[in-house]
Amino acid sequence: MAFLSNLINGLSLGSVFAIIALGYTMVYGIAKMLNFAHGDVIMIGAYVSFVTITSMDVPPLLALLIAMCVCTILGVVIERLAYRPLRSSPSLAVLITAIGVSYLLQNAALLIWSSNTKVYPSIVTFEPLHLFGGALTIRGETIVSICTCIVVMIGLTLFTGKTKTGKAMRAVSENRQAAELMGISVNRTIAVTFAIGSALAAVAGVLYCSMYPVLIPTTGSIPGIKAFTAAVLGGIGSIPGTLVGGLLLGIIEIFGRAYISQDLSDAIVFAVLIIILLVKPNGLLGKKVTEKV
Amino acid sequence: MKKVVAFVLVMVMAAALFVGCSGSGAADSGALKVGFVGPLTGGAAIYGNAAKNGAELAVKEINAKGGIQIEFNPQDDENDAEKSVNAYNNLVDWGMQALVGAVTTTPCVSVSAEAYKDRIFTLTPSASSAKVTEGKDNVYQICFNDPNQGTASAQYISEHFADAKIAVIYNNGDAYSSGIYQTFDAKAKELGLNVVSVSTCTEDTTDFSVQVSAAKDAGADVVFLPIYYTPASLILNYANSVSYAPIFFGVDGMDGILTVEGFDTSLAEGVMLLTPFAADAPDEATQSFVKAYQEAYGETPNQFAADAYDCIYAIYQAFNAAGCKTSDSAEDICDALVAQFNTMRFSGLTGANMTWTDGKVDKAPAAVVIKDGVYVDAG
Repeated sequence: MAFLSNLINGLSLGSVFAIIALGYTMVYGIAKMLNFAHGDVIMIGAYVSFVTITSMDVPPLLALLIAMCVCTILGVVIERLAYRPLRSSPSLAVLITAIGVSYLLQNAALLIWSSNTKVYPSIVTFEPLHLFGGALTIRGETIVSICTCIVVMIGLTLFTGKTKTGKAMRAVSENRQAAELMGISVNRTIAVTFAIGSALAAVAGVLYCSMYPVLIPTTGSIPGIKAFTAAVLGGIGSIPGTLVGGLLLGIIEIFGRAYISQDLSDAIVFAVLIIILLVKPNGLLGKKVTEKV
Repeated sequence: MKKVVAFVLVMVMAAALFVGCSGSGAADSGALKVGFVGPLTGGAAIYGNAAKNGAELAVKEINAKGGIQIEFNPQDDENDAEKSVNAYNNLVDWGMQALVGAVTTTPCVSVSAEAYKDRIFTLTPSASSAKVTEGKDNVYQICFNDPNQGTASAQYISEHFADAKIAVIYNNGDAYSSGIYQTFDAKAKELGLNVVSVSTCTEDTTDFSVQVSAAKDAGADVVFLPIYYTPASLILNYANSVSYAPIFFGVDGMDGILTVEGFDTSLAEGVMLLTPFAADAPDEATQSFVKAYQEAYGETPNQFAADAYDCIYAIYQAFNAAGCKTSDSAEDICDALVAQFNTMRFSGLTGANMTWTDGKVDKAPAAVVIKDGVYVDAG
């Protein structure tokens, strides 16, 4: 029963990683950049929903929507102001800018909300499930995060496969110049990508803080890094790969802690990453890209 | 000239060794100059101001009694080691004869090193690291030091929950937490406590499902949490969501859990923590202190206020017992107070019959339990 309980906890943690990793993977796939400020957008989403829930008495679902709107705008603004001017710069410049934006967001949060710990009120209000006569307890947050993850994955796959904007995204991802020649607005497509990624960051922020209800200005950085790892593990740029990577990472982390060593759980996670990258350099489901010379 | 001064000083110190302070006769005019170093602004200002207020209150009471007068000079260190030494130097220039401080550990390690060199008697209300007193014969703590908290917790648990199964969750990446755990573990073995599960976490741990499940599956009735209140709040939250309700037992790092913004205080119901002071303890000394403090500063005193209040009274008691005069030099007073502190017993708000060995206090551990969102004396 402990095994089942750990498995479910791992799946639930992994679902949140997967949702966060989508933001990394989409931006990387389409804009070919690592948006290290993504983790901090999660934190901003969590703070916005925290403020709306606690001081404005907004119902949780509406708070989630408000947080998504704020993060969407934030994501688009960051892209417009910080990343677009660097579109043709070396990737290192963009990377450093992303780290700069990350610090900017953290310090802005520090100024606005102070460094005092805030305890996040869970948006999940229903009672935990007790199975097998109480031997197995499944938290409401667990169920909600796994379901959200599945819905988001299906939605996003349909979006990129069926809609015009989604197809434009794939085209930009395949070949930016060719897409532009075909009349696709690259800037607009990248802005949409950032908007979707940031809205998902808000969802992830709310879910993560509902599961682990401590909110500080650096709340987003650790899940951000883990989700980035998940994206690389599954194959960065691939949506199903993100799901696999996220879930795997969550399960490895919880199982590592439960059955191998609590002190080494993070080391185990990253060791697995290294081994997989040695065997499959593009991640589990990543496409092999041949560099054109 | 220097040699003459040095010789005279040596003679004075040697004389002080034999007689302590000259107790006899002449009316003592002037005041004993007591300095204070603590964070009055910045991130730890809550601690520093509470301690300053507590000490000031004690000074006012003593001065109102007549007899020896105390002149109190609080200096701000912003919880910064360098600024604390500057603050200390200001106090030395002012003519400080004894020091209450520093309030926080890192500044106190620096300040106490200076005070040891300068032979100024130092009593810290709340800097709990063992480093504060190590190797310094004139530096004392009125709070439990970190290692002692582990010992005291084991002691308390064995006395109050004799047959309980105990689980521990501690932060093995943090000197404070693992230090307390190690002494707890040693004492628990000595007392034969039934520790059924020990799990660890780090600074960044947010998922406590494995640790809490380990405690739950082992059937622990008491979960010892020598960690700060932030991770503790996550543990309480998770335990609640899986309907696990043992007795959670914390140390001073747990103090503050009720004031975390957004924390559902009902989750902390029944949490016990080792703290020297509970504002609603029914005894008369505590109640009159709380009343006076509220009148003067408009808020309920915390353990820092009580610790600093005791510091002033402990120095006052030792000073009187040694028969010192306010005109004595800081060195003489230091030696006399050291001799007193090594032998005397002191009873204050934060404990009865305190004694000191190597600067470390020995007193009975007291615990509070959280009931209806406030600390209540657990007996």
